Amino acid sequence: MTKYILKRIAYMILTLFIVATITFFLMKMMPGSPYTNEAKMTKTQLRIMNEQYGFNKPLWEQYVIYLAGLVHGDFGISFQYSNMPVSQLIGSRIGASAQLGLQAMIFGVFFGVIIGAIAAIKRNTWVDTTATVLSIIGKSVPNFVLAVLLQYYIALKLGWFPIAGWGTFSQTILPTIALGVGPLAETARFVRTSMVDTLTSDYIELATAKGLSLTQVIRKHALRNSMIPLVTLLGPYTVSLMTGSMVIENIFNIPGIGEQFVKSILTNDYPTIMGTTIVFSLGLVIVLLITDIVYSLIDPRIRLQGSDA
Amino acid sequence: MSERILDVKNLKIDFHTYAGEVKAIRNVSFHLDKGETLAIVGESGSGKSVTTRSIIGLLAGNAEIMGGSIKFHDQEMLNNSEKDWQSIRGNKIAMIFQDPMTSLDPTMKIGQQIAEPLMKHKHVPKKEAWARALEMMKAVGITNAEERINEYPHQFSGGMRQRIVIAIALICEPEILLADEPTTALDVTIQAEILDLMKDLQKRVKTSIIFITHDLGVVAGMADRVAVMYAGELLEYGNVDEIFYNPQHPYTWGLINSMPTLHIEKLESIPGTPPDLLDPPKGDPFAPRNKYALRADVEAKPPFFKVSPTHYASTWLLDPRAPHVEPPAEIKRRWAKYRELQAAKSNS
Ligand SMILES: Nc1ncnc2c1ncn2[C@@H]1O[C@H](COP(=O)(O)OP(=O)(O)OP(=O)(O)O)[C@@H](O)[C@H]1O
Ligand SMILES: [Mg+2]
Repeated sequence: MTKYILKRIAYMILTLFIVATITFFLMKMMPGSPYTNEAKMTKTQLRIMNEQYGFNKPLWEQYVIYLAGLVHGDFGISFQYSNMPVSQLIGSRIGASAQLGLQAMIFGVFFGVIIGAIAAIKRNTWVDTTATVLSIIGKSVPNFVLAVLLQYYIALKLGWFPIAGWGTFSQTILPTIALGVGPLAETARFVRTSMVDTLTSDYIELATAKGLSLTQVIRKHALRNSMIPLVTLLGPYTVSLMTGSMVIENIFNIPGIGEQFVKSILTNDYPTIMGTTIVFSLGLVIVLLITDIVYSLIDPRIRLQGSDA
Repeated sequence: MSERILDVKNLKIDFHTYAGEVKAIRNVSFHLDKGETLAIVGESGSGKSVTTRSIIGLLAGNAEIMGGSIKFHDQEMLNNSEKDWQSIRGNKIAMIFQDPMTSLDPTMKIGQQIAEPLMKHKHVPKKEAWARALEMMKAVGITNAEERINEYPHQFSGGMRQRIVIAIALICEPEILLADEPTTALDVTIQAEILDLMKDLQKRVKTSIIFITHDLGVVAGMADRVAVMYAGELLEYGNVDEIFYNPQHPYTWGLINSMPTLHIEKLESIPGTPPDLLDPPKGDPFAPRNKYALRADVEAKPPFFKVSPTHYASTWLLDPRAPHVEPPAEIKRRWAKYRELQAAKSNS
């Protein structure tokens, strides 16, 4: 197990290195410049600025300096907020994003499992059909549309929750729903399919033949077996939550890294773009590692490659 | 006479399908006595599984019992509520399924799976139930049981898994064990081991067995009595010797002729296919494939003619007015042997 995790961590570092390299060169190829008033700047001003940010050095040297910084957790200085290290900028905003993402994930998976399981148990009835239609809607309505609808009807008309902002728990409800409905719909569909498979399997029949009631059969045998494959969706969910957060954080005015990321792209704030990309990638590779470990812990049939236990 | 524990009378089961009503079981009657083994044999689709499943209340959702009765002791099973069924299943009547590779929960420890019926029905605390499960694992011949009790199904071979399934079925010492082709999915050598194990445990637990198979070959060593099923009906039943050495229904002849033995050089499979159960034939269902069939067999359902107090067959060939037909050579050889046996019996 330890050996496997160490190997995976080595791969993670390699992945991050590749991501860092690709973003670095993509940044350099991006049109536009970080200076808002470049047209009005004199040659001297430009030269001084370029020197200050190291843009006058050859590309490979900039790359090496950048990588060396990364190793120490230094993403450089933000262009947008003068003298603010990117790491500090991200650090101050990651909490909100992580909380929102986690809440959305829990909300989506929890209700998705319940809806999917009920649909499977009541398969081919109106309950099942309703659940299927709802999850198709949930999957196809873009989260920003849903976000605006929630703001208008729930916040503005009904006044149940604040319309935007961040700080109190009630402010987190609407963005959590807006962000979590996608994973919820996906989970419901996935669990329904997987649960129907399970419920029609031989071992469920044997469990019934033991004299267990339907509730006992589901609780003791069906639920665990149909939820295990759900773990593999954790990675894709993380990706969809990350991209979703860029939109949702903007709509609900949440001070997270998603919102920051969009701002930094609009202003060509290269160090922040690169720093955020790497943080996102880091988050994803960690989730993928956790996925594998969790999978091997809950499914006795899976043994991690290269582990001896 | 031994105690009768199960009495099935005129059972009729339909399946509702898009194509119409599949009349899968039509007027099937049989009984089971305490401690005996009844084999139900017949080709694929003859209704063996549906019949057994009805005894434990595990019919598919589109099935409907159209009539008849299933009596377990004095209890009419067809009046059972779901709760009644739950208290019987795995407790008084247990079932073993065909495919051991898929019959066990892949994510639950073997010990828990074996202990589960005991905890459910006898309200035995977990620790004690596991101790009983361990004993049971030893009884079904799993070596190193102390360690293996904590393992998962994928760590066992097919034969071992079927032993585990048997342990699950027998842990509550049921009165009836329904075994639906328990060895079909296994290697021949392992088949024999599992059959021996079942016979051995049957004596210890004192259970009656309904043993389903399409392979007459395994019946001889296993069963006390045999019921021959075809296209949803029973055609002949009797003691194992009567069925093997004095068969009367041409379908039974066909089954025996297609069974590999030392005496038959050329195996003959029965030509043709079973009838469509959406619209079953009005006479003997086997008549269309039966070269010995009389006109009466096609036109009217033959009653059960008594061959001996324990042996009945449903064919007009047994009617006193029927013309003489010459059975296949192998059957004649068996009849001759049967007469010898009978003569030897009455002499001694
Ligand atoms: N759920 C169902 N819906 C419709 N027809 C069914 C259903 N279950 C069984 N049948 C039909 O009932 C008949 C008897 O099936 P059954 O499974 O009892 O056969 P079997 O004798 O056990 O055969 P095998 O040796 O293949 O297991 C078959 O014609 C089958 O098609
Ligand atoms: Mg069958």
